[in-house]
Amino acid sequence: MDPTHPAPSPPLIPPGYTFGSVTDKISAIVLGKRTPMGWWAGFAVAFLFAMLLFVSLSYLVVKGIGIWGNNQPVGWAFDITNFVWWIGIGHAGTLISAILLLLRQSWRTSINRFAEAMTLFAVACAGIFPLFHTGRPWLAYWLFPYPNTMGVWPQFRSPLIWDVFAVSTYATVSLLFWFVGLIPDLATLRDRSQSRVGRIVYGMLAMGWRGSARHWHQYDTAYLLLAGLATPLVVSVHTVVSFDFAIGIVPGWHTTIFPPYFVAGAIYSGFAMVLTLAIPIRAVYGLNDFITSRHLQNMAKVMLVTGLIVAYGYLTEAFIAWYSGDLYEGFVPINRANGPYRIAYWSLILCNIAIPQLLWFKRTRLNPAALWVISIVVNIGMWLERFVIIVVSLHRDFLPSSWGMYSPSFWDYSTFLGTIGLFLSLLFLFLRFLPMISIFEMRTMLPEAKVEVDWRDVD
Amino acid sequence: MAPRIYGLMAEFEDATALVAATERAHEAGYKRMDAYSPFPIEELHHAMGSPHSRLPLIVLVGGIVGCLGGFFLQYWASAMAYPINVGGRPLNSWPAFIPVTFECTILVAALSAVLGMLGLNGLPTPYHPVFNVERFALASRSRFFLVIESKDRRFRLEDTREFLVTLHPRDIWTVDY
Repeated sequence: MDPTHPAPSPPLIPPGYTFGSVTDKISAIVLGKRTPMGWWAGFAVAFLFAMLLFVSLSYLVVKGIGIWGNNQPVGWAFDITNFVWWIGIGHAGTLISAILLLLRQSWRTSINRFAEAMTLFAVACAGIFPLFHTGRPWLAYWLFPYPNTMGVWPQFRSPLIWDVFAVSTYATVSLLFWFVGLIPDLATLRDRSQSRVGRIVYGMLAMGWRGSARHWHQYDTAYLLLAGLATPLVVSVHTVVSFDFAIGIVPGWHTTIFPPYFVAGAIYSGFAMVLTLAIPIRAVYGLNDFITSRHLQNMAKVMLVTGLIVAYGYLTEAFIAWYSGDLYEGFVPINRANGPYRIAYWSLILCNIAIPQLLWFKRTRLNPAALWVISIVVNIGMWLERFVIIVVSLHRDFLPSSWGMYSPSFWDYSTFLGTIGLFLSLLFLFLRFLPMISIFEMRTMLPEAKVEVDWRDVD
Repeated sequence: MAPRIYGLMAEFEDATALVAATERAHEAGYKRMDAYSPFPIEELHHAMGSPHSRLPLIVLVGGIVGCLGGFFLQYWASAMAYPINVGGRPLNSWPAFIPVTFECTILVAALSAVLGMLGLNGLPTPYHPVFNVERFALASRSRFFLVIESKDRRFRLEDTREFLVTLHPRDIWTVDY
């Protein structure tokens, strides 16, 4: 093939769609009177696990965090592993919406809405863990600076307080970004809903949006500014999360590679989760025209690149541990690969580095089933990565006399599975009640959206 | 005197027609008008001759307020209200205050972007006369509308209607209050 004239990429929306048909197709999923049986089945299973979370957290509040397996020297275990895992997953949404918007990657349009929703739900799940790990979640507001009768203020030199600010800012800005993106589509649902309740609820949420050109102008400006603000924010969040570890002195945590390698890992796991969700959703709802194989391929490529950055992070970690000449740092990689938790370490290498190399091949990237399996493997690998960083570093730090082992309890597992249930329940509700693809942005992708104006007459 | 109306609405089939019509109306001297479309059309804004958005300034001010507020909150808490002497280290340990300062900058700037956008657009507006035209429900789906308001100095019901006819719309309606 002539390299100066590469074959044109396949279109993002197949020809034949109009403003009306795109609108009808996406809004029908929400406005359809009949809820598909598959939805009920999926929601029921997810809700069952969400109830498991409810039970686990209630029991925790009654008994205390002793119901978890955490104990000295492993004070952070499943809870923080899950927190970092969920926060990492939550990075894809804002990355897709903000960074790809600024980079003019128009293929983001059909996946940004549900990736943003996924981000919100993942951040909500993430927030549960540190909140309940405090043991007294009803006093969590002590984390925020507010004038109080005790006369104390938070320690602003602590990365844990930075984390409070980073995660709560991220949750707020992600919510704002998602909601602003929804306003025009809520107006569409208001105008098309057949039921009175639908018209009232969507109408209130749409706030009287009427598509005025003056409004669109302010709207576009706001959306672009939000994207510009969210871009450094998304990078900062996992950087601050990595500070929770890197600022500490525990061998295996105290490294400068952590911020970039955590951010790359977050994007890696976030895209993996988007693929895990997008592949079944597009099959079930027949959205292959909007979420095309080109979208899946692009996401697979992002995963491949970020996966390689993560692999580089692992290599640097091991190299610096040896190069530092520090006895305790040097012990970390040996203990990871050869200690009591070596199965977790080698599974992590297999899941995060070895298997994703299949993405080099176009045949893998074009095969949704293979991509789906790889995305789940990466999700598992990224969870193991956090487990290895947190638990394996803590269980053998300096003096062998203070070494110990960690094994999760039933409640550790039930809380984790419970958050997956909560995440999926929220996702099911989102799919049923809000448009999972941005309708107005899909309209702009159609060829008929192009305006042919003779600019000599203007200005 | 005829019953007061909000204005006249013309419906167009595609974006190019709406932009051309808006441009013509602007050239004809109409000022109080608005165009409605199911997706953002950059050219419409130019065609109406509207000024640039003041939103970036609002967001800049929000960002500066967040930045200073975030930093001095920490300075005040750590150096004045609740000073803790740790081995004689400085109380105003500003490098440690950067992450929270940064997050506060983004938070207040983002809030100003959203609230500023809603404020400048006058939203929420639960009632607006344009919703009285039944066809207008298509403005959020597939159709394009131009409304010339009766408050415009040049607005004369019959003359303006004749003017709109020259733009070849699909249809014309009067918009009641």
